Amino acid sequence: MAEQLFQRDVYGQALVKLGAMDKNIVVLDADLSSSTRTSLFAKEFPDRFFNFGVAEQNMMAAAAGLASCGKTVFVSTFAVFASGRAWDQVRVSVSYNNFNVKIVATHAGITVGPDGASHQALEDIALMRVLPNMNIIVPADGPQTADAVMAAAANPGPFYVRLGRPKIATLENKGVFKLGQAQMLTPGKDVTIIACGVMVNEALAAAKALAQKGIQARLLNLHTIRPLDNAAILKAAQETKFLVVCEEHNIIGGLASSVDEIVAENFPVKVIRVGIRNRFGQSGEPEDLLKEYHLSSTDIEKAVLSHIS
Amino acid sequence: MNNKQLSVKELENKAKEVRRLIIEMLVKAGSGHPGGSLSAADLITALYFNVLRFKPQDPFWPDRDRFHMSKGHCCPLWYAVLAETGYFSKEKLSTLRKLGSILQGHPDRCAPGVESASGSLGQGLSIALGMSLAARVDKKDYRVYVLLGDGEVQEGNIWEAAMACGHFACDNLCAILDFNGCQIDGKCADIMGLEPLAAKWQAFGWHVIEINGHDMQQILDAYAEAQTIKNKPTIIIARTIKGKGVSFMEGVVGFHGKAPTAEEAKRALEELS
Repeated sequence: MAEQLFQRDVYGQALVKLGAMDKNIVVLDADLSSSTRTSLFAKEFPDRFFNFGVAEQNMMAAAAGLASCGKTVFVSTFAVFASGRAWDQVRVSVSYNNFNVKIVATHAGITVGPDGASHQALEDIALMRVLPNMNIIVPADGPQTADAVMAAAANPGPFYVRLGRPKIATLENKGVFKLGQAQMLTPGKDVTIIACGVMVNEALAAAKALAQKGIQARLLNLHTIRPLDNAAILKAAQETKFLVVCEEHNIIGGLASSVDEIVAENFPVKVIRVGIRNRFGQSGEPEDLLKEYHLSSTDIEKAVLSHIS
Repeated sequence: MNNKQLSVKELENKAKEVRRLIIEMLVKAGSGHPGGSLSAADLITALYFNVLRFKPQDPFWPDRDRFHMSKGHCCPLWYAVLAETGYFSKEKLSTLRKLGSILQGHPDRCAPGVESASGSLGQGLSIALGMSLAARVDKKDYRVYVLLGDGEVQEGNIWEAAMACGHFACDNLCAILDFNGCQIDGKCADIMGLEPLAAKWQAFGWHVIEINGHDMQQILDAYAEAQTIKNKPTIIIARTIKGKGVSFMEGVVGFHGKAPTAEEAKRALEELS
Protein backbone atom coordinates (compact mmCIF):
# COMPACT_ATOMS: atom_id res chain seq x y z
CA MET A 1 0.00 0.00 0.00
CA ALA A 2 1.45 3.31 -1.08
CA GLU A 3 2.02 6.13 1.35
CA GLN A 4 -1.05 8.41 1.65
CA LEU A 5 -0.57 12.12 2.30
CA PHE A 6 -2.67 15.22 2.62
CA GLN A 7 -1.36 17.73 0.07
CA ARG A 8 -2.28 20.41 2.58
CA ASP A 9 0.01 18.95 5.22
CA VAL A 10 2.86 18.95 2.76
CA TYR A 11 2.01 22.54 1.80
CA GLY A 12 2.10 23.75 5.40
CA GLN A 13 5.42 21.98 6.01
CA ALA A 14 6.88 23.40 2.79
CA LEU A 15 5.85 26.88 3.87
CA VAL A 16 7.68 26.46 7.16
CA LYS A 17 10.79 25.34 5.29
CA LEU A 18 10.51 28.29 2.90
CA GLY A 19 9.92 30.71 5.74
CA ALA A 20 13.14 29.62 7.43
CA MET A 21 15.09 29.97 4.20
CA ASP A 22 13.66 33.28 3.04
CA LYS A 23 12.62 36.17 5.28
CA ASN A 24 10.74 37.64 2.33
CA ILE A 25 8.01 35.03 2.50
CA VAL A 26 4.71 36.32 3.89
CA VAL A 27 1.59 34.17 4.24
CA LEU A 28 -2.06 35.25 4.26
CA ASP A 29 -5.18 33.27 4.99
CA ALA A 30 -8.88 34.01 5.31
CA ASP A 31 -10.07 32.18 8.41
CA LEU A 32 -9.18 28.75 7.04
CA SER A 33 -5.61 28.43 8.27
CA SER A 34 -6.29 25.20 10.14
CA SER A 35 -7.78 23.63 6.99
CA THR A 36 -5.24 24.97 4.51
CA ARG A 37 -2.42 24.28 7.04
CA THR A 38 -0.98 27.77 6.76
CA SER A 39 -1.41 27.57 10.53
CA LEU A 40 1.91 25.69 10.59
CA PHE A 41 3.64 28.77 9.16
CA ALA A 42 1.65 31.08 11.45
CA LYS A 43 2.95 29.22 14.48
CA GLU A 44 6.58 29.44 13.37
CA PHE A 45 6.55 32.94 11.93
CA PRO A 46 3.72 34.93 13.54
CA ASP A 47 5.20 38.25 12.38
CA ARG A 48 4.93 37.20 8.75
CA PHE A 49 1.45 35.72 8.87
CA PHE A 50 -1.77 37.70 8.62
CA ASN A 51 -5.25 36.29 9.04
CA PHE A 52 -7.73 38.39 7.07
CA GLY A 53 -10.89 36.87 8.43
CA VAL A 54 -13.67 35.98 6.02
CA ALA A 55 -12.71 38.58 3.43
CA GLU A 56 -11.02 37.02 0.43
CA GLN A 57 -11.20 40.03 -1.86
CA ASN A 58 -9.37 42.21 0.63
CA MET A 59 -6.82 39.46 1.27
CA MET A 60 -6.06 39.02 -2.44
CA ALA A 61 -5.56 42.73 -3.16
CA ALA A 62 -3.56 43.17 0.05
CA ALA A 63 -1.33 40.34 -1.14
CA ALA A 64 -0.69 42.43 -4.23
CA GLY A 65 0.17 45.42 -2.04
CA LEU A 66 2.66 43.35 -0.04
CA ALA A 67 4.15 42.00 -3.26
CA SER A 68 4.53 45.54 -4.60
CA CYS A 69 6.94 46.09 -1.70
CA GLY A 70 9.06 43.10 -2.66
CA LYS A 71 7.46 40.36 -0.59
CA THR A 72 6.78 36.88 -1.93
CA VAL A 73 3.24 36.34 -0.75
CA PHE A 74 1.50 32.99 -0.34
CA VAL A 75 -2.27 33.39 -0.16
CA SER A 76 -4.50 30.52 0.82
CA THR A 77 -8.15 29.75 1.10
CA PHE A 78 -10.48 27.19 -0.50
CA ALA A 79 -10.32 27.05 -4.29
CA VAL A 80 -13.90 28.25 -4.77
CA PHE A 81 -13.10 31.48 -2.92
CA ALA A 82 -9.57 32.01 -4.22
CA SER A 83 -10.64 31.71 -7.83
CA GLY A 84 -14.25 32.84 -7.76
CA ARG A 85 -14.86 35.23 -4.89
CA ALA A 86 -11.65 37.18 -5.46
CA TRP A 87 -11.35 36.82 -9.25
CA ASP A 88 -11.37 40.52 -10.08
CA GLN A 89 -8.71 41.15 -7.43
CA VAL A 90 -6.64 38.33 -8.94
CA ARG A 91 -7.17 39.81 -12.39
CA VAL A 92 -6.37 43.48 -11.79
CA SER A 93 -4.20 43.56 -8.67
CA VAL A 94 -2.27 40.30 -9.04
CA SER A 95 -2.17 39.15 -12.65
CA TYR A 96 -2.17 42.51 -14.46
CA ASN A 97 0.52 43.80 -12.09
CA ASN A 98 2.45 40.54 -12.58
CA PHE A 99 3.25 40.45 -8.86
CA ASN A 100 4.81 37.65 -6.83
CA VAL A 101 1.57 36.42 -5.37
CA LYS A 102 1.36 32.65 -5.00
CA ILE A 103 -2.24 31.52 -4.61
CA VAL A 104 -2.32 28.08 -3.07
CA ALA A 105 -5.94 27.00 -3.16
CA THR A 106 -7.00 23.92 -1.25
CA HIS A 107 -10.20 21.86 -1.29
CA ALA A 108 -10.48 21.95 -5.08
CA GLY A 109 -12.62 19.57 -7.09
CA ILE A 110 -15.39 17.10 -6.46
CA THR A 111 -13.36 15.17 -3.86
CA VAL A 112 -14.09 17.93 -1.33
CA GLY A 113 -16.89 15.50 -0.62
CA PRO A 114 -19.62 16.05 2.00
CA ASP A 115 -19.54 19.89 1.93
CA GLY A 116 -21.29 19.73 -1.43
CA ALA A 117 -21.55 21.85 -4.56
CA SER A 118 -20.93 25.33 -3.13
CA HIS A 119 -17.53 24.19 -1.89
CA GLN A 120 -16.45 22.09 -4.86
CA ALA A 121 -14.42 24.19 -7.29
CA LEU A 122 -14.99 22.68 -10.72
CA GLU A 123 -14.19 25.79 -12.75
CA ASP A 124 -11.16 27.30 -11.03
CA ILE A 125 -8.59 26.17 -13.61
CA ALA A 126 -10.71 27.78 -16.32
CA LEU A 127 -10.95 31.03 -14.37
CA MET A 128 -7.22 31.22 -13.77
CA ARG A 129 -6.14 29.98 -17.19
CA VAL A 130 -7.54 32.97 -19.05
CA LEU A 131 -5.41 35.42 -17.07
CA PRO A 132 -2.13 36.52 -18.68
CA ASN A 133 0.99 35.99 -16.51
CA MET A 134 -0.69 33.35 -14.37
CA ASN A 135 1.15 30.04 -13.88
CA ILE A 136 -0.93 27.03 -12.85
CA ILE A 137 0.24 23.85 -11.15
CA VAL A 138 -1.98 20.93 -10.15
CA PRO A 139 0.33 18.59 -8.20
CA ALA A 140 -0.56 14.92 -8.36
CA ASP A 141 0.31 13.87 -4.82
CA GLY A 142 1.88 14.89 -1.52
CA PRO A 143 5.56 15.07 -2.47
CA GLN A 144 4.75 16.85 -5.71
CA THR A 145 2.93 19.50 -3.68
CA ALA A 146 6.25 20.44 -2.07
CA ASP A 147 7.83 20.64 -5.54
CA ALA A 148 5.02 22.90 -6.72
CA VAL A 149 5.31 25.22 -3.73
CA MET A 150 9.07 25.48 -4.14
CA ALA A 151 8.69 26.17 -7.87
CA ALA A 152 6.13 28.87 -7.16
CA ALA A 153 8.47 30.52 -4.68
CA ALA A 154 11.50 30.26 -6.93
CA ASN A 155 9.93 31.57 -10.13
CA PRO A 156 8.76 35.17 -10.54
CA GLY A 157 5.16 36.14 -11.15
CA PRO A 158 1.75 34.94 -10.02
CA PHE A 159 0.98 31.27 -9.47
CA TYR A 160 -2.18 29.29 -8.84
CA VAL A 161 -1.47 25.96 -7.13
CA ARG A 162 -4.49 23.68 -6.89
CA LEU A 163 -4.66 21.21 -4.00
CA GLY A 164 -7.29 18.70 -2.94
CA ARG A 165 -8.86 17.92 0.42
CA PRO A 166 -8.42 14.15 0.92
CA LYS A 167 -5.27 12.11 1.27
CA ILE A 168 -3.67 11.05 -2.00
CA ALA A 169 -1.55 7.96 -2.58
CA THR A 170 2.02 8.91 -3.38
CA LEU A 171 2.97 8.02 -6.94
CA GLU A 172 6.20 6.14 -7.40
CA ASN A 173 8.89 6.73 -10.02
CA LYS A 174 7.54 10.04 -11.27
CA GLY A 175 11.00 11.37 -11.95
CA VAL A 176 12.14 14.89 -11.26
CA PHE A 177 9.57 17.71 -11.14
CA LYS A 178 10.21 20.46 -13.65
CA LEU A 179 7.84 23.37 -14.04
CA GLY A 180 6.07 23.13 -17.37
CA GLN A 181 7.28 19.61 -18.12
CA ALA A 182 4.90 16.65 -18.21
CA GLN A 183 5.99 13.42 -16.53
CA MET A 184 5.55 10.16 -18.39
CA LEU A 185 4.45 7.59 -15.82
CA THR A 186 3.93 4.72 -18.24
CA PRO A 187 5.12 4.46 -21.84
CA GLY A 188 2.72 3.37 -24.57
CA LYS A 189 1.83 3.65 -28.24
CA ASP A 190 -1.88 2.78 -28.33
CA VAL A 191 -3.39 5.73 -26.52
CA THR A 192 -2.23 8.56 -24.30
CA ILE A 193 -3.98 9.31 -21.06
CA ILE A 194 -3.29 12.81 -19.77
CA ALA A 195 -4.25 13.65 -16.21
CA CYS A 196 -3.57 16.08 -13.38
CA GLY A 197 -4.08 16.13 -9.62
CA VAL A 198 -5.99 13.35 -7.94
CA MET A 199 -6.93 11.98 -11.38
CA VAL A 200 -3.38 10.80 -12.01
CA ASN A 201 -3.87 7.98 -9.53
CA GLU A 202 -7.14 7.01 -11.22
CA ALA A 203 -5.48 7.15 -14.62
CA LEU A 204 -2.60 4.98 -13.41
CA ALA A 205 -5.03 2.32 -12.23
CA ALA A 206 -6.76 2.50 -15.60
CA ALA A 207 -3.45 2.18 -17.46
CA LYS A 208 -2.59 -0.92 -15.42
CA ALA A 209 -5.99 -2.48 -16.13
CA LEU A 210 -5.61 -1.70 -19.85
CA ALA A 211 -2.18 -3.30 -19.88
CA GLN A 212 -3.80 -6.51 -18.64
CA LYS A 213 -5.95 -6.36 -21.76
CA GLY A 214 -2.96 -5.83 -24.01
CA ILE A 215 -3.44 -2.10 -24.50
CA GLN A 216 -0.32 -0.01 -23.93
CA ALA A 217 -1.43 3.36 -22.63
CA ARG A 218 1.04 6.21 -22.29
CA LEU A 219 0.27 8.13 -19.12
CA LEU A 220 1.28 11.77 -18.79
CA ASN A 221 1.08 13.60 -15.49
CA LEU A 222 0.48 17.12 -16.80
CA HIS A 223 1.01 18.83 -13.47
CA THR A 224 1.69 22.25 -14.98
CA ILE A 225 -1.26 23.66 -16.88
CA ARG A 226 0.49 26.96 -17.55
CA PRO A 227 3.03 27.05 -19.05
CA LEU A 228 1.74 24.01 -20.90
CA ASP A 229 4.07 21.29 -22.17
CA ASN A 230 3.00 21.59 -25.81
CA ALA A 231 5.83 19.34 -26.98
CA ALA A 232 4.78 16.37 -24.85
CA ILE A 233 1.15 16.77 -25.92
CA LEU A 234 1.98 16.95 -29.63
CA LYS A 235 4.40 14.06 -29.36
CA ALA A 236 1.61 12.00 -27.80
CA ALA A 237 -0.80 13.12 -30.52
CA GLN A 238 1.64 12.03 -33.19
CA GLU A 239 2.78 8.77 -31.62
CA THR A 240 -0.44 7.40 -30.15
CA LYS A 241 -3.88 7.00 -31.71
CA PHE A 242 -5.89 9.36 -29.56
CA LEU A 243 -5.85 11.20 -26.25
CA VAL A 244 -7.96 10.80 -23.14
CA VAL A 245 -7.79 13.78 -20.80
CA CYS A 246 -8.84 13.35 -17.17
CA GLU A 247 -9.49 16.11 -14.67
CA GLU A 248 -11.48 16.75 -11.54
CA HIS A 249 -12.89 19.87 -13.19
CA ASN A 250 -15.49 20.93 -15.70
CA ILE A 251 -14.67 19.58 -19.17
CA ILE A 252 -14.86 23.21 -20.32
CA GLY A 253 -11.87 25.47 -19.80
CA GLY A 254 -9.50 23.23 -17.86
CA LEU A 255 -6.87 20.65 -18.74
CA ALA A 256 -8.90 19.10 -21.55
CA SER A 257 -9.46 22.47 -23.18
CA SER A 258 -5.76 23.22 -22.90
CA VAL A 259 -4.93 19.99 -24.71
CA ASP A 260 -7.71 20.48 -27.26
CA GLU A 261 -6.44 23.91 -28.23
CA ILE A 262 -2.91 22.71 -28.88
CA VAL A 263 -3.81 19.63 -30.92
CA ALA A 264 -6.57 21.40 -32.86
CA GLU A 265 -4.08 24.01 -34.03
CA ASN A 266 -1.12 21.73 -34.69
CA PHE A 267 -2.01 18.07 -35.08
CA PRO A 268 -5.72 17.31 -34.82
CA VAL A 269 -6.46 13.96 -33.20
CA LYS A 270 -9.43 12.71 -31.24
CA VAL A 271 -9.50 13.96 -27.64
CA ILE A 272 -11.85 12.23 -25.20
CA ARG A 273 -12.66 14.22 -22.09
CA VAL A 274 -13.12 12.61 -18.71
CA GLY A 275 -14.38 15.40 -16.48
CA ILE A 276 -17.48 17.01 -15.02
CA ARG A 277 -20.15 17.49 -17.66
CA ASN A 278 -22.42 20.48 -17.19
CA ARG A 279 -23.26 19.69 -13.57
CA PHE A 280 -22.59 21.09 -10.15
CA GLY A 281 -21.20 18.75 -7.53
CA GLN A 282 -23.07 17.40 -4.52
CA SER A 283 -22.45 15.92 -1.09
CA GLY A 284 -20.98 12.45 -0.80
CA GLU A 285 -17.78 10.60 -0.04
CA PRO A 286 -14.94 11.35 -2.49
CA GLU A 287 -14.73 7.82 -3.89
CA ASP A 288 -18.51 7.69 -4.42
CA LEU A 289 -18.48 11.09 -6.10
CA LEU A 290 -15.70 10.04 -8.48
CA LYS A 291 -17.95 7.17 -9.56
CA GLU A 292 -21.13 9.26 -9.71
CA TYR A 293 -19.43 11.85 -11.93
CA HIS A 294 -17.73 9.23 -14.11
CA LEU A 295 -14.22 10.09 -13.05
CA SER A 296 -13.10 6.76 -11.64
CA SER A 297 -10.37 4.53 -13.06
CA THR A 298 -13.12 2.30 -14.48
CA ASP A 299 -14.58 5.28 -16.34
CA ILE A 300 -11.17 6.13 -17.79
CA GLU A 301 -10.67 2.53 -18.84
CA LYS A 302 -14.11 2.51 -20.48
CA ALA A 303 -13.36 5.76 -22.32
CA VAL A 304 -10.26 4.18 -23.80
CA LEU A 305 -11.93 0.89 -24.70
CA SER A 306 -14.94 2.50 -26.37
CA HIS A 307 -12.76 4.58 -28.69
CA ILE A 308 -9.96 2.20 -29.52
CA SER A 309 -10.29 0.55 -32.91
CA MET B 1 13.87 62.84 -1.78
CA ASN B 2 11.56 65.76 -2.17
CA ASN B 3 12.48 67.96 0.76
CA LYS B 4 11.46 71.31 -0.60
CA GLN B 5 8.49 72.56 1.35
CA LEU B 6 6.29 74.89 -0.62
CA SER B 7 4.27 77.69 0.94
CA VAL B 8 0.48 77.63 0.77
CA LYS B 9 0.61 80.21 -2.00
CA GLU B 10 3.17 78.21 -3.95
CA LEU B 11 1.12 75.05 -3.54
CA GLU B 12 -1.97 76.84 -4.79
CA ASN B 13 -0.08 77.94 -7.88
CA LYS B 14 1.28 74.44 -8.34
CA ALA B 15 -2.23 73.00 -8.12
CA LYS B 16 -3.37 75.48 -10.76
CA GLU B 17 -0.54 74.33 -13.03
CA VAL B 18 -1.53 70.71 -12.38
CA ARG B 19 -5.12 71.55 -13.36
CA ARG B 20 -3.89 73.12 -16.57
CA LEU B 21 -1.93 69.98 -17.39
CA ILE B 22 -5.03 67.87 -16.73
CA ILE B 23 -7.09 69.93 -19.18
CA GLU B 24 -4.34 69.94 -21.82
CA MET B 25 -3.88 66.19 -21.46
CA LEU B 26 -7.57 65.40 -21.70
CA VAL B 27 -8.32 67.56 -24.71
CA LYS B 28 -5.45 65.91 -26.56
CA ALA B 29 -6.58 62.44 -25.49
CA GLY B 30 -10.16 63.15 -26.50
CA SER B 31 -11.48 61.07 -23.63
CA GLY B 32 -10.91 60.65 -19.90
CA HIS B 33 -12.09 61.88 -16.53
CA PRO B 34 -11.74 65.59 -15.71
CA GLY B 35 -14.25 65.92 -12.84
CA GLY B 36 -12.56 63.78 -10.21
CA SER B 37 -9.07 64.71 -11.40
CA LEU B 38 -9.80 68.37 -10.75
CA SER B 39 -11.59 67.79 -7.44
CA ALA B 40 -8.59 65.97 -5.92
CA ALA B 41 -5.91 68.21 -7.46
CA ASP B 42 -5.24 70.28 -4.34
CA LEU B 43 -5.04 67.19 -2.10
CA ILE B 44 -2.57 65.32 -4.30
CA THR B 45 -0.46 68.36 -5.20
CA ALA B 46 0.07 69.10 -1.50
CA LEU B 47 0.82 65.45 -0.79
CA TYR B 48 3.54 65.14 -3.44
CA PHE B 49 5.16 68.52 -2.90
CA ASN B 50 5.11 68.78 0.88
CA VAL B 51 4.49 65.38 2.44
CA LEU B 52 5.71 62.33 0.52
CA ARG B 53 9.35 61.22 0.67
CA PHE B 54 10.49 59.91 -2.70
CA LYS B 55 13.24 60.05 -5.32
CA PRO B 56 11.91 60.51 -8.86
CA GLN B 57 15.23 59.31 -10.31
CA ASP B 58 15.01 56.14 -8.19
CA PRO B 59 11.31 55.21 -8.28
CA PHE B 60 11.88 51.95 -6.39
CA TRP B 61 13.91 53.48 -3.56
CA PRO B 62 12.94 51.01 -0.79
CA ASP B 63 12.30 53.65 1.87
CA ARG B 64 9.99 55.80 -0.23
CA ASP B 65 6.56 56.70 1.06
CA ARG B 66 3.91 54.93 -0.97
CA PHE B 67 1.02 56.55 -2.77
CA HIS B 68 -1.66 54.61 -4.57
CA MET B 69 -4.55 56.06 -6.54
CA SER B 70 -7.39 53.68 -5.92
CA LYS B 71 -9.82 55.71 -8.02
CA GLY B 72 -7.77 54.95 -11.08
CA HIS B 73 -9.90 56.91 -13.53
CA CYS B 74 -8.42 60.10 -12.08
CA CYS B 75 -4.95 59.18 -13.32
CA PRO B 76 -4.64 62.38 -15.38
CA LEU B 77 -4.15 64.08 -12.00
CA TRP B 78 -1.59 61.47 -10.95
CA TYR B 79 0.31 61.72 -14.24
CA ALA B 80 0.36 65.52 -14.07
CA VAL B 81 1.81 65.45 -10.55
CA LEU B 82 4.32 62.71 -11.44
CA ALA B 83 5.49 64.81 -14.40
CA GLU B 84 5.64 67.95 -12.23
CA THR B 85 7.77 66.13 -9.66
CA GLY B 86 10.15 64.75 -12.28
CA TYR B 87 9.20 61.09 -12.71
CA PHE B 88 8.96 61.62 -16.47
CA SER B 89 8.93 64.52 -18.87
CA LYS B 90 5.85 66.67 -19.36
CA GLU B 91 6.01 65.89 -23.09
CA LYS B 92 4.85 62.39 -22.23
CA LEU B 93 1.54 63.80 -21.03
CA SER B 94 0.39 64.33 -24.60
CA THR B 95 0.49 60.55 -25.12
CA LEU B 96 -2.25 59.87 -22.57
CA ARG B 97 -4.56 57.05 -23.71
CA LYS B 98 -2.65 56.58 -26.98
CA LEU B 99 -1.47 53.18 -28.27
CA GLY B 100 1.85 52.22 -26.73
CA SER B 101 1.88 55.04 -24.17
CA ILE B 102 3.18 54.58 -20.63
CA LEU B 103 0.18 56.71 -19.65
CA GLN B 104 -2.65 54.23 -19.95
CA GLY B 105 -6.30 55.21 -19.57
CA HIS B 106 -6.19 53.72 -16.11
CA PRO B 107 -2.93 53.35 -14.14
CA ASP B 108 -0.47 50.70 -15.23
CA ARG B 109 2.93 50.04 -13.67
CA CYS B 110 4.66 50.96 -16.90
CA ALA B 111 4.40 54.59 -15.76
CA PRO B 112 7.31 55.47 -13.42
CA GLY B 113 5.91 56.24 -9.98
CA VAL B 114 2.86 54.03 -10.36
CA GLU B 115 3.14 51.30 -7.73
CA SER B 116 0.15 49.24 -8.78
CA ALA B 117 -2.51 49.16 -11.42
CA SER B 118 -6.00 50.32 -10.55
CA GLY B 119 -9.19 50.97 -12.41
CA SER B 120 -11.47 48.35 -10.97
CA LEU B 121 -12.77 50.29 -8.02
CA GLY B 122 -12.52 49.20 -4.41
CA GLN B 123 -9.19 47.38 -4.45
CA GLY B 124 -6.82 50.23 -3.68
CA LEU B 125 -7.37 50.41 0.06
CA SER B 126 -6.42 46.73 0.21
CA ILE B 127 -3.30 47.44 -1.85
CA ALA B 128 -2.41 50.19 0.63
CA LEU B 129 -3.07 47.82 3.52
CA GLY B 130 -0.64 45.33 1.97
CA MET B 131 1.98 48.07 1.66
CA SER B 132 1.39 49.08 5.26
CA LEU B 133 1.87 45.48 6.45
CA ALA B 134 5.02 45.17 4.33
CA ALA B 135 6.49 48.16 6.17
CA ARG B 136 5.65 46.40 9.44
CA VAL B 137 7.28 43.14 8.37
CA ASP B 138 10.38 44.97 7.13
CA LYS B 139 10.47 47.32 10.15
CA LYS B 140 10.56 50.35 7.88
CA ASP B 141 9.12 53.74 8.69
CA TYR B 142 7.67 54.65 5.33
CA ARG B 143 4.07 55.79 5.24
CA VAL B 144 1.31 54.78 2.86
CA TYR B 145 -1.25 57.13 1.32
CA VAL B 146 -4.19 56.15 -0.83
CA LEU B 147 -6.75 58.25 -2.68
CA LEU B 148 -10.32 56.94 -2.65
CA GLY B 149 -13.33 58.21 -4.53
CA ASP B 150 -16.66 58.74 -2.83
CA GLY B 151 -18.60 56.63 -5.32
CA GLU B 152 -15.86 54.06 -4.88
CA VAL B 153 -16.66 53.48 -1.22
CA GLN B 154 -19.91 51.87 -2.35
CA GLU B 155 -17.74 48.84 -3.18
CA GLY B 156 -17.82 46.06 -0.57
CA ASN B 157 -14.07 45.48 -0.86
CA ILE B 158 -13.51 48.94 0.64
CA TRP B 159 -15.26 47.96 3.84
CA GLU B 160 -13.42 44.65 4.10
CA ALA B 161 -10.23 46.67 3.87
CA ALA B 162 -11.48 49.35 6.26
CA MET B 163 -12.21 46.69 8.87
CA ALA B 164 -8.78 45.11 8.39
CA CYS B 165 -6.86 48.42 8.55
CA GLY B 166 -8.56 49.09 11.86
CA HIS B 167 -7.96 45.57 13.11
CA PHE B 168 -4.27 45.67 12.19
CA ALA B 169 -3.97 49.19 13.67
CA CYS B 170 -2.24 50.51 10.57
CA ASP B 171 -1.08 53.89 11.86
CA ASN B 172 1.34 54.25 8.94
CA LEU B 173 -1.64 54.38 6.58
CA CYS B 174 -3.59 57.47 5.59
CA ALA B 175 -6.57 57.32 3.25
CA ILE B 176 -7.77 60.43 1.48
CA LEU B 177 -11.41 60.44 0.44
CA ASP B 178 -12.25 62.86 -2.34
CA PHE B 179 -15.83 63.57 -1.31
CA ASN B 180 -17.08 65.54 -4.30
CA GLY B 181 -20.57 64.11 -3.97
CA CYS B 182 -20.97 63.09 -7.60
CA GLN B 183 -20.76 59.79 -9.43
CA ILE B 184 -21.49 58.77 -13.02
CA ASP B 185 -25.25 58.47 -12.75
CA GLY B 186 -25.82 61.50 -10.53
CA LYS B 187 -25.35 62.75 -6.98
CA CYS B 188 -24.04 60.08 -4.60
CA ALA B 189 -26.83 60.95 -2.18
CA ASP B 190 -29.39 59.99 -4.82
CA ILE B 191 -27.64 56.95 -6.29
CA MET B 192 -26.42 55.26 -3.10
CA GLY B 193 -26.22 57.50 -0.06
CA LEU B 194 -22.91 57.50 1.84
CA GLU B 195 -23.78 59.39 4.99
CA PRO B 196 -23.05 59.37 7.83
CA LEU B 197 -19.63 58.84 6.30
CA ALA B 198 -17.39 59.98 9.15
CA ALA B 199 -19.33 57.85 11.63
CA LYS B 200 -18.94 54.82 9.39
CA TRP B 201 -15.14 55.11 9.31
CA GLN B 202 -15.00 55.84 13.04
CA ALA B 203 -17.03 52.71 13.67
CA PHE B 204 -14.42 50.75 11.69
CA GLY B 205 -11.69 51.99 14.02
CA TRP B 206 -10.33 54.93 12.05
CA HIS B 207 -9.22 58.39 13.09
CA VAL B 208 -11.28 60.74 10.94
CA ILE B 209 -10.30 64.25 9.88
CA GLU B 210 -12.87 66.27 7.95
CA ILE B 211 -11.65 69.18 5.87
CA ASN B 212 -12.39 71.44 2.96
CA GLY B 213 -10.37 69.70 0.25
CA HIS B 214 -9.64 72.94 -1.55
CA ASP B 215 -8.19 74.82 1.46
CA MET B 216 -4.45 74.27 1.22
CA GLN B 217 -3.79 75.09 4.87
CA GLN B 218 -6.46 72.63 6.03
CA ILE B 219 -4.98 70.01 3.73
CA LEU B 220 -1.46 70.47 5.15
CA ASP B 221 -2.77 70.47 8.71
CA ALA B 222 -4.65 67.22 8.06
CA TYR B 223 -1.56 65.47 6.69
CA ALA B 224 0.43 66.69 9.70
CA GLU B 225 -2.23 65.47 12.12
CA ALA B 226 -2.41 62.07 10.42
CA GLN B 227 1.29 61.53 11.10
CA THR B 228 0.76 61.98 14.84
CA ILE B 229 -2.03 59.39 15.17
CA LYS B 230 -0.92 56.12 16.77
CA ASN B 231 -2.49 52.65 16.73
CA LYS B 232 -5.17 53.44 14.18
CA PRO B 233 -5.35 54.38 10.53
CA THR B 234 -6.40 57.87 9.53
CA ILE B 235 -8.82 58.95 6.86
CA ILE B 236 -9.05 62.51 5.62
CA ILE B 237 -12.58 63.07 4.38
CA ALA B 238 -12.12 66.03 2.07
CA ARG B 239 -15.22 67.90 0.94
CA THR B 240 -14.50 68.91 -2.61
CA ILE B 241 -16.20 70.18 -5.73
CA LYS B 242 -16.19 67.98 -8.78
CA GLY B 243 -14.50 69.80 -11.65
CA LYS B 244 -13.03 72.38 -9.24
CA GLY B 245 -11.26 75.29 -10.92
CA VAL B 246 -13.21 75.26 -14.17
CA SER B 247 -16.49 77.11 -13.67
CA PHE B 248 -18.56 75.22 -16.20
CA MET B 249 -17.37 71.84 -14.90
CA GLU B 250 -17.91 72.52 -11.21
CA GLY B 251 -20.55 70.24 -9.75
CA VAL B 252 -21.53 69.03 -13.21
CA VAL B 253 -22.01 65.26 -13.18
CA GLY B 254 -21.60 65.10 -16.96
CA PHE B 255 -17.91 65.95 -16.69
CA HIS B 256 -17.17 62.80 -14.70
CA GLY B 257 -15.94 60.96 -17.76
CA LYS B 258 -16.13 63.40 -20.67
CA ALA B 259 -13.08 65.20 -22.00
CA PRO B 260 -13.43 68.89 -22.82
CA THR B 261 -13.84 69.92 -26.45
CA ALA B 262 -11.18 72.20 -27.93
CA GLU B 263 -13.42 75.19 -27.24
CA GLU B 264 -14.12 74.11 -23.67
CA ALA B 265 -10.44 73.47 -23.06
CA LYS B 266 -9.59 76.95 -24.28
CA ARG B 267 -12.10 78.51 -21.87
CA ALA B 268 -10.89 76.26 -19.04
CA LEU B 269 -7.25 77.20 -19.59
CA GLU B 270 -8.16 80.89 -19.62
CA GLU B 271 -9.86 80.47 -16.25
CA LEU B 272 -6.81 78.64 -14.92
CA SER B 273 -4.28 81.16 -16.23
